[in-house]
Amino acid sequence: MRAVIPVLTIVAAIFVIWYGAAIALNTAWAYDKAKRADVELSFGDLVADTWSQEKPRLPAPHQVGVEIWKTTVEKKVTSKRSLIYHSWITLSATLLGFALGTGLGIALAVGIVYNRVMDLSVMPWVIASQTIPILALAPMIIVVLNAIGISGLVPKAMISMYLSFFPVVVGMVKGLRSPEVMQLDQMHTWNASGSQSFWRLRLPASMPYLFASLKIAMAASVLGAIVGELPTGAVAGLGARLLAGSYFGQTIQIWSALLMAAVLAATLVGIIGLIQKYTLKRMGMA
Amino acid sequence: MWIAFAISAWLLGWAANVWLARRNLGSRARLLIPVVFGLTLIAIWEGVVHGFEVSPVLLPAPSAIAVRFVGSTAILWEDFVQTALKGALTGYIIGCGAAFLTAIAVDRSDFLKRGLLPVGNFVAALPIVGMAPILVMWFGFDWQSKAAVVVVMVFFPMLVNTVQGLAATDAMQRDLMRTYAAGGAQTLLKLRLPAAMPFIFNGLKIATTLALIGAIVAEFFGSPIRGMGFRISTSVGQLALDLVWAEIVVAALAGSCFYGAVATIEKSVTFWHPSQRK
Repeated sequence: MRAVIPVLTIVAAIFVIWYGAAIALNTAWAYDKAKRADVELSFGDLVADTWSQEKPRLPAPHQVGVEIWKTTVEKKVTSKRSLIYHSWITLSATLLGFALGTGLGIALAVGIVYNRVMDLSVMPWVIASQTIPILALAPMIIVVLNAIGISGLVPKAMISMYLSFFPVVVGMVKGLRSPEVMQLDQMHTWNASGSQSFWRLRLPASMPYLFASLKIAMAASVLGAIVGELPTGAVAGLGARLLAGSYFGQTIQIWSALLMAAVLAATLVGIIGLIQKYTLKRMGMA
Repeated sequence: MWIAFAISAWLLGWAANVWLARRNLGSRARLLIPVVFGLTLIAIWEGVVHGFEVSPVLLPAPSAIAVRFVGSTAILWEDFVQTALKGALTGYIIGCGAAFLTAIAVDRSDFLKRGLLPVGNFVAALPIVGMAPILVMWFGFDWQSKAAVVVVMVFFPMLVNTVQGLAATDAMQRDLMRTYAAGGAQTLLKLRLPAAMPFIFNGLKIATTLALIGAIVAEFFGSPIRGMGFRISTSVGQLALDLVWAEIVVAALAGSCFYGAVATIEKSVTFWHPSQRK
């Protein structure tokens, strides 16, 4: 709680800088307009103009806010201009990819922990693959899957899956190995079978690691879904809004899509945080 | 024929790895296992592509990619210079440097630290690549806009890690510096910066991947007629997938070398840290 005031101060500072930057970046266009209309701009007029242009270089926060309000509340959800519709497209790809990636990641981690051959052969590749810019693959995955007749939700979910499964593997391997030798010996003295020591010791012990990596995986998954929407030619989704906005110079639309993506990512990560808090509390870990 | 080749390669690679894993190997021979695994994968890929006669428009064989790679080194090098050196590396240096200096400035004020850390953590989780179209609009199509995207992407992870690192000393160590009558600058240079190094390098390593991703994705939003992201998106359109894969090989090599270089520097700077001890 003692962080509230500093955080609010920083956020306020960001808004002040944002408004200031809007003045600075949009001045040139405002003067240009005024010159052509043959009017002298007073400082007040200038500020008012820079904060209310139609295609500004940097829209002021309230313009973005109005745009978001217009495209979420005042539009019907089914409308193609509704941001909620586009967010839903992105959200569904994100969630599907996240679920697939998490499942695959956990399965692979269990394999790595229990199988020495897999550990020695797969694990170095999992780590090496972290250094590779996977997102570069996105356009190809989309086009290739499209060519064999898979389009729409699944290709985007594949990219999200690809991005989200690495953090889960790395975190879960660490987590499943986190019980100490003494705890494992204790399970041995109780004559626990392999599956018993997995369900009662290793899996519970890995929960904090799992949740930490789930948060990273979710953020990566949102990113994957948005980038996955770029090469499909701006059909639907937040990524498509970004691309369409950049084609037509609709900066306000870009910023509102960006802000919506930020809200989406923050909400999803926040939900995982809440589940984490509740679960760990019930397990007596937090 | 080719399918039999793929299956036998699979069985052979598997058997070899099981055999290798059973023996107690030195640390160098241990590297052999992932290498065998990788080669097996490539052999299976080659076999499957030829065996099922997969169209090269969908998935080219590794041999075709290798031929293309050797054949178009000039284009690949030009793209590498444009994206990796001009875009990613410039942005990486500016972004990490700015974040480092900001962290040292912020470190002096507890109030700022408490405010910036949650905001920084929040921003680090956002899909910042989305800023790319805006920055392309501001800085033009050439590498400057890519560097700007990279700066924005690496700034917050680096900032958060550095601030955490600067807080990593404990009260006892700081008290010792005080008993030596060390000033703020001395404490920073001799105690807190060295203690922060593992965290700083963690941030630097995360930033290497982000930098390449940022530079490549930013090119999807517009670029001059060279660059890895540009080449990937246009070659996909021309169905020249072997060139796309060659470009991806370059990206993978660049990413790994970049990461490896930072990790090597880390090893020599933080040799005292438990994770680096043998």
